[in-house]
Amino acid sequence: MDHSIWAEGLAKRFGDTRALAGVDLAVPTGSVLGLLGPNGAGKTTAVRVLATLLRPDAGRATVGGFDVLREAHQVRQLIGLTGQYAAVDENLTGTENLLLIGRLLGRSRREARRRAGELLEDFGLSDAADRATKTYSGGIRRRLDLAASLVGRPRILFLDEPTTGLDPRARLELWDIVRGLVRSGSTVLLTTQYLDEADALADNIAVTDHGKVIATGTPDELKARAGAQSLAVRAADLSDLPTVVSVVGELAKTEPEVDREVVTAQVTDPAILPAVVRRLDDAGVVVRTLTLRSASLNEVFLSLTGHPAEEPEDVSGTREGVQA
Amino acid sequence: MRSTAANPDAAEGITPRVTPAQGLQQSATLAWRTIVQIRHNPWELGDYSFQPILFVVLFTYIFGGAIAGSTGDYLRITLPGIIVMNMFFVTMYVGTGLNTDLTKGVFDRLRSLPIARWAPLAGRIAADLVKHAWSVFLLLGVGYLMGFRVETSVLELLAMVGLVLIFALAFSWISVLVGVLARDPEHVQLFGFTVLFPVTFVSNVFVPTETMPGWLQPVVEANPVTILSDAARGLLVGGPVAEPVAWTLLWAGGIMLVFAPISVLALKRKV
Repeated sequence: MDHSIWAEGLAKRFGDTRALAGVDLAVPTGSVLGLLGPNGAGKTTAVRVLATLLRPDAGRATVGGFDVLREAHQVRQLIGLTGQYAAVDENLTGTENLLLIGRLLGRSRREARRRAGELLEDFGLSDAADRATKTYSGGIRRRLDLAASLVGRPRILFLDEPTTGLDPRARLELWDIVRGLVRSGSTVLLTTQYLDEADALADNIAVTDHGKVIATGTPDELKARAGAQSLAVRAADLSDLPTVVSVVGELAKTEPEVDREVVTAQVTDPAILPAVVRRLDDAGVVVRTLTLRSASLNEVFLSLTGHPAEEPEDVSGTREGVQA
Repeated sequence: MRSTAANPDAAEGITPRVTPAQGLQQSATLAWRTIVQIRHNPWELGDYSFQPILFVVLFTYIFGGAIAGSTGDYLRITLPGIIVMNMFFVTMYVGTGLNTDLTKGVFDRLRSLPIARWAPLAGRIAADLVKHAWSVFLLLGVGYLMGFRVETSVLELLAMVGLVLIFALAFSWISVLVGVLARDPEHVQLFGFTVLFPVTFVSNVFVPTETMPGWLQPVVEANPVTILSDAARGLLVGGPVAEPVAWTLLWAGGIMLVFAPISVLALKRKV
């Protein structure tokens, strides 16, 4: 398989803190990897190593096939980086910020201006284009930051907690933008503390904790690993409720819960679904809804790490961005 | 996990390194950025325009008569000195700007781009030289309105500007170091006030050295602010030139030799 981002055994220590303790990653070209973990898990440090900003103590990594240490200049020509802080110049306008990047990438003045206009339009920033960015709201600034990382049409994009601190609406807008980028073929490495974000955007998730990747897989695989799924059945006719309860109870081998007309039960074997359908059909029960819902990623994270994802701070008490 | 199968050589338009010409172009772009910022932050322009003008006007009209007998004679002493003093303060903008870039994450963005590693610093320092030139000519203009005249030649005037810029270039490295070490941009400014104010005042910018207490005179004489002011006076209104210019260049070279490597090292450790 062709991997745009690949890393093996990355390690990095800041004083007494092990930010990375042997991280392996492989992101297939054209896919989105969600690096999911709480504050202090080493996500930002990993991104900084891959984006050629930080030298690891040990390990190897390639981005677009180029070594991040020996061929950093080549890597930089392929990547776009959006950091945890909106890294735009506050004393420049939106247009000027994008012009700056375009010119630094060697575009002509005209070409840089055209590209800036294009991005401002795409990101709904045209109205704010000529205002200094210090007057921008958090959401608009973040969008400009993302636009700035796209000036050079990078094939590989690093998004470090792109929605941290954004209100729900701005967050959904940003998700749409990211989905659009992926459709256009970019490879994306996204770090996030939000499980729903990884679930919504990533093809694969690497769960990180204390500088290590502790689990990888598709969102569904990870949810399946957490074990229980829940089956919910609702009959069209309320009089069939006892039949549904007994069938579900028998097959799931547990006492089902009944909430008004919906019968739910925890199941471990997904193969139970066709059996339930067959038995209810035989009994002449018309089913209105029947769902098998996976465990939420929250439950997954808890079962993998032993602590909830939104735990504010680890023992080291340092913020990743600061120590890095 | 296996290494990527992508063939690096197949990647189109990927270059192995930055050429020096590209580096210069990138530095120029970053210098442009620093200059354009002033449009959105006019207070900064005030700092190196109104502040020095205020100094010239206040000191000349209030102390001038008492110190030199007349405002015209006082200007001959103090205007070259204020040009020098102002240079020290303007140089702090290198540190403030660098610190802002570091704390806001802009520096990381720049480093993630395929540009010369030295371009961000070079651009900043180059932009700073433009600000210095602006301040010097502004002060000369204000001085002219107040009766100051260049009594030497255009060549010596240009030599004075060049000398001030050379010293600014050297002193920028101290500013870079402060910018790297300071916690936030405000602390860079604080350094400017708490260190540069006394250092620039304990000089002969405003008052002749002979009028000061004996124990202070050697300190004032050794202060590079005094030496550079003497050189500027010599080049603008006449007087000894060779010695103060030579000492100024020595000081500039010394500062550069010591602080350029330290600052670059500090910056590398920080990022």
